Amino acid sequence: MASVTFDGVTKRYGDVVAVDTLDLEITDGEFMVLLGPSGCGKTTALRMIAGLEDISDGTLRIGDRVVNDVDPARRDISMVFQSYALYPHMTVQRNIESPLLARHYHLDGPDQPARKLTSDERAERVAEAARVLDLEPYLKRKPAALSGGQRQRVALARAFVGRPQAFLMDEPLSNLDAKLRAQTRIELVDLHRRVGTTVVYVTHDQVEAMTMATRVAVMSMGKLQQVGTPQEVYAKPINTFVAQFIGTPPMNCIDAAISADGGGVLVAGAGRLPLPADLTHPPAAGAVVVLGVRPEHLHVGAEGPLTATVRAVEWLGHECLITAELGDQLVILRQAGMAHHAPGATVQVSVDAADVHLFDAETTVRLA
Amino acid sequence: MSDAPRRRRLGSYDAKEVGLAALFLAPSLGVFVVFFYLPFFRLLQWGTYKSVRGGESYKQVGLDQYREVLGGTEFREGLLHSVQYVLLTVPVGLVLGTLLAVAAHRRLKGIKVYQAIFSSTLASSVAVSSVIFFFLFNPAIGTFQVNWRSDPDMALFAAALPFIWQNLGLAFVIVLAGLQAVPDEVLEAATLDGYGPFRRLTRITLPLISPVLMFLFVILVIVAFQAFAQIEIITNGGPAGASETLVFKIFRQSQDYGKGAVLSVGLFFVTMVITFLQFVILDRRVHYGDE
Repeated sequence: MASVTFDGVTKRYGDVVAVDTLDLEITDGEFMVLLGPSGCGKTTALRMIAGLEDISDGTLRIGDRVVNDVDPARRDISMVFQSYALYPHMTVQRNIESPLLARHYHLDGPDQPARKLTSDERAERVAEAARVLDLEPYLKRKPAALSGGQRQRVALARAFVGRPQAFLMDEPLSNLDAKLRAQTRIELVDLHRRVGTTVVYVTHDQVEAMTMATRVAVMSMGKLQQVGTPQEVYAKPINTFVAQFIGTPPMNCIDAAISADGGGVLVAGAGRLPLPADLTHPPAAGAVVVLGVRPEHLHVGAEGPLTATVRAVEWLGHECLITAELGDQLVILRQAGMAHHAPGATVQVSVDAADVHLFDAETTVRLA
Repeated sequence: MSDAPRRRRLGSYDAKEVGLAALFLAPSLGVFVVFFYLPFFRLLQWGTYKSVRGGESYKQVGLDQYREVLGGTEFREGLLHSVQYVLLTVPVGLVLGTLLAVAAHRRLKGIKVYQAIFSSTLASSVAVSSVIFFFLFNPAIGTFQVNWRSDPDMALFAAALPFIWQNLGLAFVIVLAGLQAVPDEVLEAATLDGYGPFRRLTRITLPLISPVLMFLFVILVIVAFQAFAQIEIITNGGPAGASETLVFKIFRQSQDYGKGAVLSVGLFFVTMVITFLQFVILDRRVHYGDE
């Protein structure tokens, strides 16, 4: 097991900067999820850890070792690819065994020279990986004869069998159906708990990030936006990008202004809300801000400081989503059960001061 | 038992379906009959006629001519030269084509230019490539002044060179297409698993493109068995018949259609048996990724 440290790491393709001065420390044994939309640089960052992409600038460490110029096979990491990248012409057993056949391992202590595993040692490791990942009945089959979920487990077993210092995973669940994905999420967290190895996991799916990560690193346009536990990132997004990327439906970001007395937030044509409770540097009176409120924190009731007009109600079974107009801005409200508001109806909306987020209108950064 | 009228059936198929199937098959069947089955049947028939007085007339001799020609020295000799020609051209072409394709299969600036150059031999004609080599190795005016054409041990080799050169483009294009179909992620996984470039090539890439290599092998063998113009231009079968392959011997029978037909039938069955054996023997070693 080892930590992975990005120290000012940059990746450029010609004039395009894919990863821009990334500073990130992934601690030993952590399940770190790199989260962001397509093209945000998360996969490039992962591939730099693997050694599949050169580093243009900065330093990358695995443990204490700088690995910028270390051969991928000598980094002591393993990777699960989005397509699983199994060898189609080899049996499941051979696929799992593959890293053990080619790589050298420090089996006799860190001071002793690295060596290859003996055939008995290999057989033992493959048997263990197959047992842990429930693949024993399929060892003699070829990947084409397996289901998507089984192939995914073979890829995990191949990553697991070499007992690497870190697992790298590039959207490994994206080819599975929704049900299997949910099940595999739980299995992955369980596997991480049992082996305790550092995991760096790349996804654009915030549900995967929120459910599996010890910490989440949200990226956008090559830059790291925020690092924190899923709870921190959800509860205190650092800017409007993170606020809107995490959470389904996303946080409502409403153009607003600080009231003349400086004690409230005005939403044009809708009403006034209290300032966030924990604001230590309140913005000046009249300042233009972005007001952020999560859909579940907007409550419809008989009373409330905001007046909204219902546009549509979508019932999802256990909850419903109400699309409403606050002045001329659309917002989404989430409510448990069924809402009985006809489109066009005027309703009162309230928000707890603790659930109000304010962002600078120009920089989009959270106001603290 | 129901009294409802039953539709006519042919085996387990509905008569109407069979009619429809025949209708859809008719155009291709028509082409095959006119351009393959009929000529082949005529060829078989020709083999039963023996030429009298240098082709002035023919007499029906039944299967005697087949026995005589296929058991004779001429067929054996032609077959031996054809097999030698295949052995001289196909392995070298296959290996060189694969190596070139592997070398040119990388993301480098300007690599398309090399890919175009390597595949360009495919676009040149057999006659042109043969004439180039004829002059290249001409003992009087050639760049390499060797007299292979009149050396019985080297004549077939001299005729093999334009074949190798010309089919290099074919081998290159086919193998390159195969290489481009190998997923990058599989090769990256192998890199992470500790496979070096040579091991990646032999353990991952070549097995994954083995269906393509198999196809190329079969095609090259068939084409080499049928090679004619290269031999005609470079050695004209000489010296003293040392480079007369089976096809060349067939060509020599312009005065004896019957014998030519028997030799042709012989070549057809030899090619068919060899292709069949290639499939039987090699298919087990080919990975189609779906078994």
